[in-house]
Amino acid sequence: MKKFDKDRLLLAAAGPALALISAFVLTMIVLAASGVDPIDPLRIMIDQAGYEDVQVLIVNQAGIYFLAALAVAIGFRMNLFNIGVDGQYRLAAMVSAVVGAKVALPGPLHILLIVLVAMVTGAFWSGIAGILKARRGVSEVVSTIMLNAIATSVIAWLLLPKNLGVQPAGSNDLTTGDIPESGWFPALSLPGGDIYGFTFVAFALGVVYWFVLNRTRFGFDLRASGASESAAQASGVEPKKMIMTAMLISGAVAGLTGMPLLLGESHTYNLSFPLGIGFTGITVALLGRNNPVGILFSAFLLAFIDKSSAGLDQNGYAKEIGTIMQGLIVIAVVVSYELVRRYGIRRQQQKVGEELAAGHALKTDSKEVAA
Amino acid sequence: MAFQLLPRQGECVINASSPPLAVELNGITKRFPGVVANKDIAISVRKGTVHALIGENGAGKSTLMKILYGMQKPDEGTIAVDGEQVSFSSPGDAIARGIGMVHQHFMLADNLTVLENVVLGGEKLYGIGAKARKKIVEISDAYGLGVRPDALVEDLGVADRQRVEILKVLYRGARTLILDEPTAVLVPQEVDALFDNLRELKAEGLTVIFISHKLGEVLKVADDITVIRRGTTVGTADPKTATTKQLAELMVGSELPTPETRESTVTDVAMLKVQDLRLAATDPDGVVREVLAGIDFTIHKGEVLGIAGVEGNGQTELIEALMGMVLPDGGVITLDGKDISTMPTRGRREGGIGYIPEDRHRHALLLESPLWENRILGHVTEAPNSKRGILDPKAARKDTERIVREYDVRTPGIEVTAASLSGGNQQKLIVGREMSHNPKFLIAAHPTRGVDVGAQAQIWDAIREARREGLAVLLISADLDELIGLSDTLRVIYRGRLVADADPATITPEELGTAMTGAARGHLEATDNPSAAADGDTTEDEAR
Repeated sequence: MKKFDKDRLLLAAAGPALALISAFVLTMIVLAASGVDPIDPLRIMIDQAGYEDVQVLIVNQAGIYFLAALAVAIGFRMNLFNIGVDGQYRLAAMVSAVVGAKVALPGPLHILLIVLVAMVTGAFWSGIAGILKARRGVSEVVSTIMLNAIATSVIAWLLLPKNLGVQPAGSNDLTTGDIPESGWFPALSLPGGDIYGFTFVAFALGVVYWFVLNRTRFGFDLRASGASESAAQASGVEPKKMIMTAMLISGAVAGLTGMPLLLGESHTYNLSFPLGIGFTGITVALLGRNNPVGILFSAFLLAFIDKSSAGLDQNGYAKEIGTIMQGLIVIAVVVSYELVRRYGIRRQQQKVGEELAAGHALKTDSKEVAA
Repeated sequence: MAFQLLPRQGECVINASSPPLAVELNGITKRFPGVVANKDIAISVRKGTVHALIGENGAGKSTLMKILYGMQKPDEGTIAVDGEQVSFSSPGDAIARGIGMVHQHFMLADNLTVLENVVLGGEKLYGIGAKARKKIVEISDAYGLGVRPDALVEDLGVADRQRVEILKVLYRGARTLILDEPTAVLVPQEVDALFDNLRELKAEGLTVIFISHKLGEVLKVADDITVIRRGTTVGTADPKTATTKQLAELMVGSELPTPETRESTVTDVAMLKVQDLRLAATDPDGVVREVLAGIDFTIHKGEVLGIAGVEGNGQTELIEALMGMVLPDGGVITLDGKDISTMPTRGRREGGIGYIPEDRHRHALLLESPLWENRILGHVTEAPNSKRGILDPKAARKDTERIVREYDVRTPGIEVTAASLSGGNQQKLIVGREMSHNPKFLIAAHPTRGVDVGAQAQIWDAIREARREGLAVLLISADLDELIGLSDTLRVIYRGRLVADADPATITPEELGTAMTGAARGHLEATDNPSAAADGDTTEDEAR
């Protein structure tokens, strides 16, 4: 029935639109309330995005957010809240950087090894939460938050010069040593700067994500588990196995989150490796409704807010306006999606009743066709 | 003619020498956007009577009662209580006018006592102490409810809880009680007890509006009957002269289906064999309880084995053990000669077990997914849903359309969510799905619960049809007529044990009900004294 498809699409777009509009309005209210011109900062941000170098920054950041959001979304699709993407990503980046710096392999193999190590490390770290959940019923929310804190300490300890860390001469920084050039991922050079090559891998992964979730048995089982755990179990999904699998995949993708930066720019894990990417990933996944296209858009949006708000400082505004905006988006998303969802269900029930009352059941339709 | 058709609004048929009307509804119409739920409803309820309101699921009974109870406002029409025109905007208004409602699903706090539950929200009436207790005892004695004010609700059985609900309404001063499907959760003996209570209420001058679709019960207890079909009152009937058949035909506008299947298709080829199945569970208090013990039975090809029992006596656990959703502590399950005792759920489904669960929303549907995805659920590894691990949405959609057509699922399309279908249509989709994979053995738990009469007949037909082709069926149902009508063999489950067996050709619902309460064991003979039926002809369960 075409009408229902169109309806669904409209409703799917209505949620994010409602969320973004209310988030922007709320931001302006916050700005006005704090005695700042509510329009000017937004205008500056939009102007910023016109510069080529800022555009490159936005694309690179979007790729990173996209990966983090995919990792979160895999969990979300089966009602697992992997808050530990941040810890998984940082630990994976650090361990793979160490391995990458220690070995010398021909180009593609070197990169492949780093990527594999990152995925395994991420999966290992999320797998701990998975085992705790499957075996002991520990909430993954609690365990992943704690694993984030543990990852921070483990990284700090491993990064000490007496362990795996290297202190570059004349610097306070600690690194894991430089990865030789064979382990650098080729970039796309543009006038505004280099776009990390791994960004494209990230976007390609979005296609894989869509295919696995929507076109494979495994994806169906995963979605069924998210939609109704009891129904999934009755349909033959083994809940514990599913929790483990989803957690491992989520962690492996989380492990990839550090790759654009590591393989494309820093070539080492150091103290300035960004923190909190995993949390932004939650926002991105939420806003993108766990849908790869939606995640792509919201990754770009969040990257835009991030990178263009940096220019506010020079114009006499606090760049934290961007952070406020992100926070407001999260709240608006949660509220508006629930509103739209309830409205959608009610509306469809009504429409189905209407259609049936009007005698437009599928049955009669097909009979006419058969006749 | 026992009943009369209502020609148009307002001209309802009332017996001569009519006493004052407790409730009179006239020309009630309620529209929801696009749908007319009630149209020109006219009902007159005489004071001091039990007035039954019957109709199929979805006929508009609930909407009407919500209007009368002030939960919804009618678009047109008038309500008169005790001859006075009223307009309710909330249940509070209705209660103030002496109208109370006992819902189908009880609204009691388990961890509070009866007294606390009754006074909850009505603290202003008689306080919360001795005065309230006195009032409760007074009401309980006056109507023979036998309610103990200090019992914890969680310790009460279903029938007792229902009496607490009735008392709650009376406590708030109701003179007219609306009972929504009150017998759905009761065994026959409890139903009789409830009817005795209703007669007491009636004798004290109270009025009862009794919503039901169980016609036998309606004839037993009602003084007047009003039939609703497709949102409008289509007639009234006199229970003294009407038959269930006439009522049913008035209700559905056509012939009533029966679950009877008398020509036997039972073969001697065992399809499912369960030996000494055991399961223990720890309840919240830490006490280990046997929920299944010594379960032994065989279902042959073409046989329907019915299991009777009060809910909560191990039926759910038995099903889950057969489906592999819980692993039993011991015992062997053999399907078609193959030991499946340790096989996971998916393997059992692929091996030919079809499953119509008791709670379709929890176990058989993804409510917010489209119908065609629901068609895949449970059979994701099987054709036409997937090939070598990859889904085939096109084939699944096509097959969903076939199911919708063949099983008469009323839906405008297969892209709508399962939640937007009525219960009966959801169930038809589930039955269609399970039957589409040619099961060898079907678990049907309450297959027609909450389903209207038309869908009921189709579901029964589907089961009978498959049985004729050699399907083995385990039927669990609270509807004893369905159980007796469809089954080839009957067993009674009580506290996790199969305690009795019976021949569906001779057993009556009353005898079966007695066995369900644990009062009768062994082979149930059709005698006038079922409790004496435990004779030398014991079953294998009894022998152990």
